[in-house]
Amino acid sequence: MNKRAAAKRGELPRYRSYHPGTQPEYNYPPYASTQKRCPTQPLVVAPQTLSELTGPVFGYGDIKPTDNDLTRQHRGEPIGERIVVSGRVLDENGKAVPHSLVEVWQANSSGRYPHRTDQHDAPLDPNFSGAGRTVTDAEGRYRFVSIRPGEYPWRNHYNAWRPAHIHFSLFGPAFLTRMVTQMYFPGDPLLEFDPMYNSIADQKARIRLISVFDWENTVPEWALAYSFDIVLRGRDATPMEP
Amino acid sequence: MSLYASGNQTVGPYLHIGLDWLTTRDIAARGAKGERVAIEGRLLDGEGVGVSDGLVEIWQANSHGKYAHPEDQQKKKLERGFRGFGRIPTDDQGAFRFTTIKPGRVPGPGATSQAPHLVVAVFMRGMLKHLATRIYFPDEQSNAEDPLLKLVPPARRATLIAKRKAEGALEWNIILQGKNETVFFDF
Repeated sequence: MNKRAAAKRGELPRYRSYHPGTQPEYNYPPYASTQKRCPTQPLVVAPQTLSELTGPVFGYGDIKPTDNDLTRQHRGEPIGERIVVSGRVLDENGKAVPHSLVEVWQANSSGRYPHRTDQHDAPLDPNFSGAGRTVTDAEGRYRFVSIRPGEYPWRNHYNAWRPAHIHFSLFGPAFLTRMVTQMYFPGDPLLEFDPMYNSIADQKARIRLISVFDWENTVPEWALAYSFDIVLRGRDATPMEP
Repeated sequence: MSLYASGNQTVGPYLHIGLDWLTTRDIAARGAKGERVAIEGRLLDGEGVGVSDGLVEIWQANSHGKYAHPEDQQKKKLERGFRGFGRIPTDDQGAFRFTTIKPGRVPGPGATSQAPHLVVAVFMRGMLKHLATRIYFPDEQSNAEDPLLKLVPPARRATLIAKRKAEGALEWNIILQGKNETVFFDF
């Protein structure tokens, strides 16, 4: 088949389905809120068309170079343990996902979000908003400077506490590569009890949501560092022939 | 090297902190040609209650049926500044509203052509992985031959087709459970 002619007709290599066990179920009773917010009818399996194989394109023009430093958004510095969070965005073929938007948000060091619905009795930090974004470089690398987020209670079950986490939102090259996930911290004793973390059935996949202490990227006298690689859906090695 | 994709996790209740900066309720820039439409609706949970901590993202072609993406190789015009992306958080009642232009037809699998549609991703607290659905347009002859609509059980197709409310205004709701449950796709 002529690849270019096929591309014109919208026949592009498809993205692989998610590997079994690596993704949460929509209905996951340990996370109580899923039960009234999950579809009850089976999803309709559909072919990937040009509409899903494309997706919004963002670039350096959409962000400011300082948007990746959450410690410099106010007059003063936020309270907390300064951290560098960096890593690579890859696809399932191990290929870098370059020039792709990454958005993050997190609680402050006391486990509080500056959000009108967050009523947790912990102090707000006037010097911390908790949001950042960046665009990956040509090798798929990203880097944020922030403070370590605090744990916080969330009422899902008796004495439920979320482990420390940073929310990540990624686009990748297509509608099908869109992903929102959370990064956790190594050694967090709350992970064992957290329904969100445990919603990933596959143990290896679950562990991959935990960042790795990253000695190389620590900054002496200034910041500790964690490394977190994210893998987006990748394409089939060979294009699907009709 | 072969890897498996990372696990998705919920946006949680404080999604606005990280995602509001890119809120886009007017998808078609001023220079974009085409029929202007306003689409509004509500995101409703299994009890019919509006989801106040949800977010809808839209991806669409322009009025010629061309996506602002390097892999769309069709020889069709693309207006400068047309991105085709919308991000609309739901309000306290679970309502959302955006304006755009009706997209043109884009190729489907094989030699088929798809009816005009918007691609939709739905995020919310209480949902661990976003859902994918579509908005089709009412009074559109090509809906009958759309390759994806054809895969949907006939009784459920109406959940994907917006209803005309007034001139230029359409209603389309996302109903997560029960009667008229919206069709979601697995790609």
